Amino acid sequence: MMPRPLISNVLAAAALVAGLTLAAISHAQVKGLRETPLTEVAPAPEVVKQSTPADGFGRAYRQQPPLIPHKTDGYQVAVDNNQCMTCHDWPGNTRVNAPKISETHYVDRQGVRLDKVAGTRYFCLQCHVPQADAKPLVGNSFQNATQAK
Amino acid sequence: MTQANETGPVGRPGLFARLWRWFFSQSKRAWGVIAATAFALGIVFWGGFNWAMEATNTEAFCISCHEMKDNVFAEYRNTVHYSNKTGVRATCPDCHVPKEWGHKVVRKIQASNELLHKALGTIDTKEKFDGHRLTMSRSVWRAMKTTDSRECRNCHDFKSMDLSLQESRASRLHQSALNEGKTCIDCHQGIAHKLPPKAVEAYNDMLDTIDKVGLTQRIVDYLQDADVEKAKTAKR
Repeated sequence: MMPRPLISNVLAAAALVAGLTLAAISHAQVKGLRETPLTEVAPAPEVVKQSTPADGFGRAYRQQPPLIPHKTDGYQVAVDNNQCMTCHDWPGNTRVNAPKISETHYVDRQGVRLDKVAGTRYFCLQCHVPQADAKPLVGNSFQNATQAK
Repeated sequence: MTQANETGPVGRPGLFARLWRWFFSQSKRAWGVIAATAFALGIVFWGGFNWAMEATNTEAFCISCHEMKDNVFAEYRNTVHYSNKTGVRATCPDCHVPKEWGHKVVRKIQASNELLHKALGTIDTKEKFDGHRLTMSRSVWRAMKTTDSRECRNCHDFKSMDLSLQESRASRLHQSALNEGKTCIDCHQGIAHKLPPKAVEAYNDMLDTIDKVGLTQRIVDYLQDADVEKAKTAKR
């Protein structure tokens, strides 16, 4: 019964060599977005500023939640308070000339109209987000609805 | 006894009389020594008083009690007044203790109430603190509203504020606030600490009842130069 362990040892060794070679080749060939080898600490990404256009962003398609063109750092949105609503709920919005939240946001999921923002719409930043003035990591050929027509 | 009473003042004069005589029997040189000693002691006591007061006016002192450290200080650490792009910081007393000496002393005397409640353990747990948050917020809001946000203005003065350098929305709102005679706290509540429940309604309620206060608060208002009438009539 001597040859069998020898054969399996040889096969195992061959598989190991093949694996290592493949690993070496793939390591040399694959180029990810992270250009630094895994064994090194990547340099910190460039810091980008928030984009705050004076007239807002406009929309890419009709149902798009409008993007936020101002800072939201430190705005408290919790069970007791929603600071976005100070300016974006009626009548607060008339004092500061801010856009009012959509009428759909005053309707709960049973279709009942409410006086305050519905619980299902409470967390503004789930849909409405600020934008960073960052260069896209990969190319993008997106056209908005009006351009595509 | 009657005899002792009659002879007493003659044999041994009273303490006041003896001091009086001693005081006016000194030579000119002794007068100089007395004046110099009084001057030196004056510096030591006055300097010591101010030093002690300034020692209580530091962040380290404020957060030496856990009521401050675990609640309001922890909340403030996530805000722009703790960490920001220029590295200019506002610590607890910059916003909560007036800079001007008289107002500062009055505020320090008011703080004896805070010491009382420290001893009573009024806010010594998270739950108790949150239970009292509305009362404490209203108290600070009222102080800032009636003094035209004096402690904010030590740094954020409308006179030195270049509105053209601000973000478009901020610029527009600051211009209208300036025209309407609003003060910082009218819009900037909860910028350093967690808001109490229903903060907008609570702030408006505070404005509605701004002149319905007790005698102690009226005295404090007077000593702090608080203009309650102006705050009452200000446009919402």
